[in-house]
Amino acid sequence: MNTLWRLQHRLAPYLFVLPFVVLFLCFMLVPLCRSVVLALHKTSGPGAMQFVGLDNFEFVFQDDLFWRAVRNTLTYTVCFLSIQIPASLGLALLLNSRFVRGRDFFRYAFFSTHLVGNVFVAVLFMLLLAPRHGLINRVIGAVTPFGTELNWLGKPDLALPAVILAALWLSVGFGMIYFLAALQAVDQELYEAAQVDGAGAMSKFWHVTLPGIRPVLLFLLLVGMIGSFQLFELPYVLFQGPGPDNRALTVVMYLFQQGFETGDLGYASAIGWMLVLMVLAVSIAQIRLTRADRTD
Amino acid sequence: MSVSRKTSGPASLLLHAALVLVSLMLLTPFLWLICATFKSQADMFDSVFLPWGHLDRLTTANLRVLFTREPFARWLLNSLFLASASTAIVVLLSSLGGFALAKYQFRGKPVLMLIMLATMLVPHQVLLPGMYEIMFQIRWIDTYWAILVPGAVSVFGMFLFKQAMQAVPDELLQAGRVDGCTEFGLWWNVALPIVRPMVGAFTLLSFTGTWNSFLWPQIVLQTEAKYHLPIGLANMIGLPEYETQLGVLMAGTLCSVLPVMLLFFALQKDFIAGLTSGAVKG
Repeated sequence: MNTLWRLQHRLAPYLFVLPFVVLFLCFMLVPLCRSVVLALHKTSGPGAMQFVGLDNFEFVFQDDLFWRAVRNTLTYTVCFLSIQIPASLGLALLLNSRFVRGRDFFRYAFFSTHLVGNVFVAVLFMLLLAPRHGLINRVIGAVTPFGTELNWLGKPDLALPAVILAALWLSVGFGMIYFLAALQAVDQELYEAAQVDGAGAMSKFWHVTLPGIRPVLLFLLLVGMIGSFQLFELPYVLFQGPGPDNRALTVVMYLFQQGFETGDLGYASAIGWMLVLMVLAVSIAQIRLTRADRTD
Repeated sequence: MSVSRKTSGPASLLLHAALVLVSLMLLTPFLWLICATFKSQADMFDSVFLPWGHLDRLTTANLRVLFTREPFARWLLNSLFLASASTAIVVLLSSLGGFALAKYQFRGKPVLMLIMLATMLVPHQVLLPGMYEIMFQIRWIDTYWAILVPGAVSVFGMFLFKQAMQAVPDELLQAGRVDGCTEFGLWWNVALPIVRPMVGAFTLLSFTGTWNSFLWPQIVLQTEAKYHLPIGLANMIGLPEYETQLGVLMAGTLCSVLPVMLLFFALQKDFIAGLTSGAVKG
């Protein structure tokens, strides 16, 4: 009994992480290796494959549709983040004010949209964005000179803005929750010290608040960029495909089309590895920035 | 005191006006969705929210069509099953792994942590072609195994639980060992109750994750009777009969969103505290 008890004590941590290790080997490492092999083949469905060397990668570099997808994805990422981050921070600043009543209500109201799945948001926004009679166009017609005829889902130039609008509705509250928690963790004494030094509101924001929330800001930027690079469901359901003139085609949507609609798992793998490169680039930049923080 | 109240008067009013305005912008789509569910096709776009002059024209026909002409009830049950089962598994296994990382020193731990970090940096879409091939070979295409098994442990969850369980006092665990408690028992009886808020937060997170998942289920689920809500609803959009019955799509969206909202209200206390605890410190 005693030796048995000692045995389980020694083996316990290994048993506890065993599920992760097994799943990592079977459903991460193996498919990752398969993706390398597949990327060197031309396939039609699983099974039928033909070795083509680096042809897939050669092709991806001159594939206009792929680069259209990259351009759309990057445009989306930049536009989305440059609105989402300041809007979330602004809301958090408002909500962090001492005078706010009903803070809990606002917090839940802002966050609630984040629970709605991408597919459901897309179906809902399909109707909200309808021309002339859709709610969004009615509001735009009432408060701006653009009128109610904006054809969000039909006009190429409006395709990405439509996706960004839906994405903002989905995630402004999510960012707000993180900023609010960070703001509440900023040392109050720093504000008092700044007050003593005669700092104004703007100066306090730049020299106390912003440095205080910098880690969360960087975290949200990284999560936001990686998430945006993987954009798929919103445009795919909103436009039932790549949108007018392929203007809502994203990298992951192209991977999905090539791999699972056309059936070329090899080319899809090559696209996947290009996505890995994109994500790795921003991750490394982020790690450098965080390191610079620590050494400062 | 009275001075600060006076100066805060107009500013406070402006502040609350801004907050109310933003809440309205965010909540109005929900309100519109509820209204649209009960509107007839003729009223769908003619009245902004409800046809106030003709409230008798409100109808439950959209819901009836949804549940009779489509296997929507089946999809709802499938969603409930998939999300509950995967949540139960992933919460248990991830907290078990997080417990090991937080409270034990064992060989290979640094390597393991490194591997976990690396998996979080790789976008999972690159795995899709390889995963599909594996699922094809082990005949898991069009089964729930393909969804439940690969998602049974979450690296993110393990990190969350590791962070939370570092707060469990070692003396408490040692006392349990003296009393003859097994390590497994320590996890279940001591560590898990202490990190209850994190269990709540991660439950909601993984439940909504599976409930809202689309890309992988869309690839592996092929029989209509096995669809869950996102796949079922997304496939309804393509059908011509619903272009003239948009209310049915809205009814489907409402019924898909409501269960998650209810769960959120049940777990809300744990949720926000648990969700942000790691990010702020790190």
